[in-house]
Amino acid sequence: MSAPAVQDVPLGPGDRAGGGAEPLLRVSGLVKHFPITRGVLLQRKIGAVQAVDGVSFEVARGETLGLVGETGCGKSTTARLVMRLLEPNAGEVRFDGRDITHIKGSSLKAIRRDIQMIFQDPYSSLNPRKTIGSIIGEPFVIHGVMDDKGERKKAVQELMETVGLNPEHYNRYPHEFSGGQRQRIGVARALALKPRLLIADEPVSALDVSIQAQVLNLLRDLQREFGLTLIFITHDLSVVRHMCDRVAVMYLGKIVEIGPGDALYGAPRHPYTGALLAAVPVADPSRHGQERHLLSGDVPSPANPPQACRFHTRCPKAQERCSVQEPLLQDKGTGTDAACHFPLTEQEIAGIGVRSAA
Amino acid sequence: MSAAGGPAGSANATPLLRVEDLRVEFATEDGVVHAVDGVSYQVLAGRTLGIVGESGSGKTVSSLTTLGLTRHEGARVSGRILFEGRDLVAAPESELRAIRGNEIAMIFQDPLSSLHPFFRVGGQLVEAVRAHRDVSRQVARKRAIELLGLVGIPDPGRRVDDYPHEFSGGMRQRAMIAMALANEPKLLIADEPTTALDVTVQAQILALMERLQRELGMAIVIITHDLGVVAEMAHDIAVMYAGRIVETGSASAIFSSPEHPYTWGLLKSIPHLTGSREEPLVPIPGTPPSLIRPPSGCHFHPRCFYAQPEHARIDPGLRPVETDPAHFVACLLEPAVRRRLWGELSAGRTPDEALKAAGPVEGPA
Repeated sequence: MSAPAVQDVPLGPGDRAGGGAEPLLRVSGLVKHFPITRGVLLQRKIGAVQAVDGVSFEVARGETLGLVGETGCGKSTTARLVMRLLEPNAGEVRFDGRDITHIKGSSLKAIRRDIQMIFQDPYSSLNPRKTIGSIIGEPFVIHGVMDDKGERKKAVQELMETVGLNPEHYNRYPHEFSGGQRQRIGVARALALKPRLLIADEPVSALDVSIQAQVLNLLRDLQREFGLTLIFITHDLSVVRHMCDRVAVMYLGKIVEIGPGDALYGAPRHPYTGALLAAVPVADPSRHGQERHLLSGDVPSPANPPQACRFHTRCPKAQERCSVQEPLLQDKGTGTDAACHFPLTEQEIAGIGVRSAA
Repeated sequence: MSAAGGPAGSANATPLLRVEDLRVEFATEDGVVHAVDGVSYQVLAGRTLGIVGESGSGKTVSSLTTLGLTRHEGARVSGRILFEGRDLVAAPESELRAIRGNEIAMIFQDPLSSLHPFFRVGGQLVEAVRAHRDVSRQVARKRAIELLGLVGIPDPGRRVDDYPHEFSGGMRQRAMIAMALANEPKLLIADEPTTALDVTVQAQILALMERLQRELGMAIVIITHDLGVVAEMAHDIAVMYAGRIVETGSASAIFSSPEHPYTWGLLKSIPHLTGSREEPLVPIPGTPPSLIRPPSGCHFHPRCFYAQPEHARIDPGLRPVETDPAHFVACLLEPAVRRRLWGELSAGRTPDEALKAAGPVEGPA
């Protein structure tokens, strides 16, 4: 009977929250297939879009993980699965050590306080009939915190100030704001409940270059100020590099390479990562006329992805083995894990480097 | 004439397209929108002009006007658009129709909405060919297949009978380019041709445009907000802000020694693939102005870190840069001050630090 008392002493609340090596988010073997059906009354399943097919990653506390990839690679679906906006077919999502893959009802609602999202389109993600004050204050209402109206208004105005909006504009409507300001409103709403994990899905893709920089700087300031843990989803490799500590590259529902940003950008080992980096147009006209390393063809349909390595149909290095045996994510000795039988060699990396070193 | 400005590589080559003091205004319920406010530029045969600017800078409207596509919207157009000496602003609709899709072709940002979903891709190509050539359907169809092959559609003989929805995004943009090339235009206007595409497909389309330019010798005007895309594609660049060109010159001049604070702002606000991650982005404060009531004087002054009180009164014309006669800038700052400021900025200093380090900005305006 005395044993529990002894254990209780060294285990302070701080230790529990710190959690040691336990990452804030651990996703393992996540699978989401959307059925393709035919027929109106009697719907038959004739196939499945394999949007996410066995994705595993971790996000440490205070870290920013970038998810990059092209259209249809499953990056947004992954975010929605983590948010529990979609039910996975298989796999597990652990948040702060707790399995949240199948939780429902009030415990799901409680988790939603801790995981918030910023959306791509600042125009359609704000209700045009509500004032900014009530949009940003809505999370408080939903979760029943800050019932006092005056108190809530004060909190909302503080949030507006944090994201660089004029608190006097509390009673204005979304149409009175520009795209960049609307994205700030979205950020303020996401921050309202002090989430522990923030998922930003293409938060700056719809914005002009000069405004994009304003929002990126805001997110970076918030990262530093509040120690936010962030999953940053985008197709823009330069933005990811600027924002993220670690980066995961997705292709057709799978992570093909993951690792610290510097390692991944400096020495990409997966040929797809290399092709992506080589394809980014760089603001340096001295490279005008230089030959491009081009991938041939388009991304195959996720409803009928290639066997084994999904990239083998477009890969310049593909050999027979790639269409037979699926490569697993493995440490390639240069800092990143890549899923490739024939990772890029130093020489090939340097070939891409010609472009990025310029 | 040189003061009217133009990204001409050399002054004596005759431009294919010369736009002079173009103004386009639209009457709306809220007032008159000054979409294009006195723009002049020129495009030489076989060269690529990049027009860079953010939403609402007038970059698209000025190009639509070149094709007479702003005529029906109650727009008031003035100025001249000389295409091989013919003024397209004054030209009758019938003459424009003969030029459009024939000598000047345009491709748009969204290939899905630019192709008719009900008709086969081949049929739409045949139509584009037959609009300007008196040829039989068979001949036009052969040409359509040839064009699809030219833009890199695999198995064009079979894909010619596909509907647009059977094409991927990249293939649709290729089909749009094929349609634009149907009559071997002398000038191709590409309005954000790769913005809707993924980066690997974008690289394919840009390479395709470059190859076609080499093979067919056409001039290209590429309109984009992406500085990376213009850097890779354009020989000459015009930077637009609030309906005006604020800076124009060769691509290397614009990127290596930009003169306008707005251009500085654009260059400093994009993250890079290389270099220090710690170097902060320097956004341009505020938002682009209303084109119904554009700011007085220099349109950029409300967002300019270096603006002086008199910049709100004086309208800066596009003037040549001393050291480079092909480089023009519309800025009221003293050239020496500009050079010092850019020197500080490119060394990684913030605008505030640059202002302090560069010394007094005021000067005779």
